[in-house]
Amino acid sequence: MNTLMQTVENSQLRSDLPEFRVGSTIRVNYRIVEGEKERIQAFEGVVIRKHRGNQNNKASFTVRKTSQGHGVERIFPLHSPRIESIKILKVGLVRRAKLYYLRNRRGKAARIAEKITHRPKS
Amino acid sequence: MLNGMLGRKIGMTQIFEEDGTAVPVTVVQVGPVTVIQKKTEEQDGYNSIQVGFEDRNPRKINKPLTGHFKDQKPMTVLREFSADDITQVEVGQVFNTSIFEEGDKIAVTGTSKGKGFAGTMKRHNFGGQPASHGHRGHRRTGSIGQCATPARVFKGKKMPGQYGNATVTVLGLKVAKILPDQNVILVKGAIPGRNGGIVTLKKSSR
Repeated sequence: MNTLMQTVENSQLRSDLPEFRVGSTIRVNYRIVEGEKERIQAFEGVVIRKHRGNQNNKASFTVRKTSQGHGVERIFPLHSPRIESIKILKVGLVRRAKLYYLRNRRGKAARIAEKITHRPKS
Repeated sequence: MLNGMLGRKIGMTQIFEEDGTAVPVTVVQVGPVTVIQKKTEEQDGYNSIQVGFEDRNPRKINKPLTGHFKDQKPMTVLREFSADDITQVEVGQVFNTSIFEEGDKIAVTGTSKGKGFAGTMKRHNFGGQPASHGHRGHRRTGSIGQCATPARVFKGKKMPGQYGNATVTVLGLKVAKILPDQNVILVKGAIPGRNGGIVTLKKSSR
């Protein structure tokens, strides 16, 4: 790619957000502007898709949660200034890059095994 | 003052505004341009400023052009911009992105991508004929007029022909951002031509 293009695109990237992977359960704190007021709305769910990787200014990710029995999916631009913060709650153990199969499952079947990371004995 | 600039289209991407809105932008490498010639009312019948863009190998230009550039460095692209007042401008003066400001309305002219000899569906958005049920026309033009009256085809009838590779101006574009260090202007929206093509950016009231 053209170097000028790269400087423009790289200037849009954010490095302050934690890296997370597909299958993880995360909480996205998203700034919402309502008229004059601005507030932060949290969206908590499983990352089922990451689009265009990490180091791309057009990258996005999809978070899925079940709200009152209905599946809700929300797509966030990864480098959007509107994302206040991202918190990783659980790291999931998955073998797919896109977890679209979760859409056809509900209840217990829609769970994802948690990745147990080795913790040194204290 | 100069009311326009020459540039090269780099390509499209998106940027975020401060409030988080994603804006589609075209990255244009703009200038710097050097004033090569001043055309005056007395000598040429009209006032304008001729500028050159991008250096060129001096060995590769012919003698008439060498004389035209005189003391200036030879340039690849030469273009004129009309100007009411040319007293402030000197030959050899260099202009860069600073003639534009963020939020300025501009018009961008370029050579559109050539589509070759195109049919009426592509070139004029005709509907074409049904794909099946015994129809044999598909993408053909259809009727081009009536019978004995008027007994001819009207001038300007939309027909197949060369499409694209024409000079196209897009009005009402906006300067989204300026990067003065890189000589780069980000224009909101799309501009004509291929990536790497030469474009003219002009200040515009529309």
